[in-house]
Amino acid sequence: MTLLAATTPYPVPNALMSTLQVTVLVLVAAGAVAVVRTTDRTKLVLMLSAYGMLLAILFFVFQAPDVTLSELAVGAIALPIVLLLAINKVRKREE
Amino acid sequence: MTPGQRRWVVLAGLAGLAACYLWACAGLPGFGHYPGPYGPAILKNAIAQTNATGVVSAVNFDYRGIDTVGEEFILFTAAAGMSVVLRVLRGERERPPLDQAMERTAPHTSSAVRIPALLLVGPTVLLGWWLASHAQANPSGGFQGGVILASAFVLVYLSGEFLAFRRFSPADMLDAVEALGAAGFAAIGVTAVAMSLPYLYNYLPLGTIPGAVSSSGTIALISFFVGLEVAAAFVLIVGELLEQTLLVKAG
Repeated sequence: MTLLAATTPYPVPNALMSTLQVTVLVLVAAGAVAVVRTTDRTKLVLMLSAYGMLLAILFFVFQAPDVTLSELAVGAIALPIVLLLAINKVRKREE
Repeated sequence: MTPGQRRWVVLAGLAGLAACYLWACAGLPGFGHYPGPYGPAILKNAIAQTNATGVVSAVNFDYRGIDTVGEEFILFTAAAGMSVVLRVLRGERERPPLDQAMERTAPHTSSAVRIPALLLVGPTVLLGWWLASHAQANPSGGFQGGVILASAFVLVYLSGEFLAFRRFSPADMLDAVEALGAAGFAAIGVTAVAMSLPYLYNYLPLGTIPGAVSSSGTIALISFFVGLEVAAAFVLIVGELLEQTLLVKAG
């Protein structure tokens, strides 16, 4: 079947892109550790938002601009807002 | 079993795991070399078959459209579930929002937050709408566009205008828009079946210019409906949470 023709290998990424990809991967790993090690709840949400931005950059560097857009909106904006509101509610109940 | 023996059992297990893991890693294809047949097949044929230059959208809304219907209804169900769980219960009552109450316990939103937030509302709506309606030409789509559109509403709240946020996102309207988005997507699929074509078959004219706004048949239309659904669902979720935090009080 012509649709499923022989697989063509993708072009090898150039040195600049590889360097960028490795840098971002290392940053994401470090960011994940930083998020987990944060104990203050409000600070944690802000860290998580920043980590969302980092993930968005990761997706962009790995050539997935559509996922970048979703991650930016969900990871860096929507999720932190939902968490902040929940924390606010819990804190009010604790008072 | 003594702790010493237990340690040896764990170490043996870990060694076995490490060996299997390394063996598996050694057999992986090279970094960035996808070995499957579908990637190259889609890259080769997608634009000719769908007239969508946004190949990701062609995959999402056409080639694996049925998968996307499922995702769409996951979000729909989540938003509906939130509305049910976070409704005002019998033991609770609504109070006026804290920042509107007479005693004014909440501080005013500073102008440094208020002005940029309000200035960003218009551009955010434009960007979201553009992304949702240009899925056929760009690496965008209804999901991304919808979420960005929803964050425009959140910006209104951030600028300190909770009442305005509530006024231009009444829950009834959001429910209706969300239902319309979800139903629109499903209806496009069912229409294809009614025409005795496969579910979600791209039965609309594909247009003549690949990547034009009017091209790609059902792909553009589905992206539009997904945009409606996602935007409404997110505003609904954030709105419900805001009401819980700001208005509802155990009575």
